[in-house]
Amino acid sequence: MEGKHSPVNKLFFICFAWLVAATLPFYSPAYVLLSITSILMYVTLTVSWTIFCGPTGYISLATATFFGIGIYCAALLGSSLPAPAVVLCGGLAGLAFGVLVGLICLRLSGFYFAVFTFGLSELVRHSVLWWEHNVSGTVGRWVTGTSITQAFYSLLVIASLSILAAYLIRRSIYGMALKAIGESEEAAEHAGINVVVYRIAFFAISSFFMGMAGAAMAAKFTYIDPNSAFNPLISFTPVLMSLFGGIERDYGPILGAFILTFISEVLLSRFPYFYTLIYGIIFVVVILFMPRGLAGLLGSGHQHKFMDH
Amino acid sequence: MAFLEGVKVTKRFGGLAAILDLSFKIDQGGIIGLIGPNGAGKTTLLNLISGSLTPTTGEILFKGKRISGLRPHQICKKGIARTFQSVKLFGNITVSENILLGSVYGKPRGLSRTNHSTETSDLLKFLGLAGKRDVLAKDLNIVEQKFVELARALATKPDLLLLDELIAGLNPSETSLACDKIKEIKKKGITIFMVEHVMGVIMSLSDRVIVLNHGEKIADGTPEEISRDRKVIETYLGEDSEC
Ligand SMILES: Nc1ncnc2c1ncn2[C@@H]1O[C@H](COP(=O)(O)OP(=O)(O)OP(=O)(O)O)[C@@H](O)[C@H]1O
Ligand SMILES: [Mg+2]
Repeated sequence: MEGKHSPVNKLFFICFAWLVAATLPFYSPAYVLLSITSILMYVTLTVSWTIFCGPTGYISLATATFFGIGIYCAALLGSSLPAPAVVLCGGLAGLAFGVLVGLICLRLSGFYFAVFTFGLSELVRHSVLWWEHNVSGTVGRWVTGTSITQAFYSLLVIASLSILAAYLIRRSIYGMALKAIGESEEAAEHAGINVVVYRIAFFAISSFFMGMAGAAMAAKFTYIDPNSAFNPLISFTPVLMSLFGGIERDYGPILGAFILTFISEVLLSRFPYFYTLIYGIIFVVVILFMPRGLAGLLGSGHQHKFMDH
Repeated sequence: MAFLEGVKVTKRFGGLAAILDLSFKIDQGGIIGLIGPNGAGKTTLLNLISGSLTPTTGEILFKGKRISGLRPHQICKKGIARTFQSVKLFGNITVSENILLGSVYGKPRGLSRTNHSTETSDLLKFLGLAGKRDVLAKDLNIVEQKFVELARALATKPDLLLLDELIAGLNPSETSLACDKIKEIKKKGITIFMVEHVMGVIMSLSDRVIVLNHGEKIADGTPEEISRDRKVIETYLGEDSEC
């Protein structure tokens, strides 16, 4: 079912890509490194989004919350802790908040889940705004402690880990159980699956990666405020990217994140005024004409089968 | 100690008592039929036993331990499996994956992955689904889907199997096939508690029949006793001449 690509070739390709990426800071100009860093950030957000939302089909629009929490962790802790510890703290904060959101949304699925998670993430953004304004008395915060090279390496590691996690979960019995939950929570419960624990655990795992991505990415922003850290657009982008790439294949979300981030960087520099318009058109075209994304167009469209492994 | 016991179980939906002060005892082994007119509370009773619903008052005991209040996945792991009146499959995964999930997440037996796969294959063969193993469940016809649901329930290795109108909608040859399978399941030592409207099937398969009407038990006995019971004839058999 893997077509022409043997596992050895695949492994070779992955090692090669990793090697190229890992040596990038030594020979690439700063602006390329910056672009690649944001591509890695979107890869992380998209891939981790698909960990829970791919198999269940529940569309979470709370990505910005976990990402923003990671950013704020970096802003608060950046000057007192070493970078890896800051990133880990961002991830753990994302994880903890993921458990909370998972608990709150436990009874919801489908459309209600999407709307409610979006509402929650807006609530968080406004709460942080209110807090900063009324309690801390600041508008924004400076992020200190890291360089862009460090951000790049952090995100390379986080993106790789999230891809690995998504890959393993998808091929495990857990991935199948999540699919079952998406199809019928009631039947899944009666087949012995602990739906509550699974929903919360895998939602929190994806939030963990989102939080780490935020903490690692904070360095790129240098100055943050609640509106940029909890930017609602961040909640929609992973949905668009994984739909664009196609969620039926492992590489779909990665491809989607790569291409769309690249396109949006180009658009942003060439057509700053039409940027969102063009982006919107892509969104509509994807929904209308590519229901299974790029991977659906490229591959035979065969679903991943658990029993093959 | 009864295998399955209900103690003064009541389930209210708003003002309506779908199950009213119902006490029952079921011994291990054999087939128990549950019949009653539409809306009698049969599905509600299965929902109460399998944990979809919790009793408003009263309690349900399985092997002497209280199970009412537990979540469905916990009850499944204790050895109670069920099928649904309207089939509930995992449509976008394959037939064998549907069954494998039941095997992995059902009653814990410390099996390896290979054992679960073998068990899945055996169940596919048992229910004549071997040719469909890699088909997405949603692409099956409704009869095949019912068999997959039965297979998934059996995969959890239940001691008690709850069937909610498995036969409904099957043609005569499918019905007799299903009846043969039910008898074979009984031979494996699994206790079967089945809801069915087809009286011929219930009367021939069951060792004991319980009749519900408006959430209350109006009769309980062997098929012969039930078919002679005045109350049952008046409320149920009289208006329903399927047998
Ligand atoms: N979740 C629910 N909420 C409200 N009322 C319910 C619910 N489930 C069942 N009822 C009501 O409880 C009564 C019993 O329903 P139940 O489905 O148990 O009947 P049944 O014996 O299975 O009928 P049928 O033969 O039609 O399947 C009906 O009046 C039904 O409308
Ligand atoms: Mg019913």
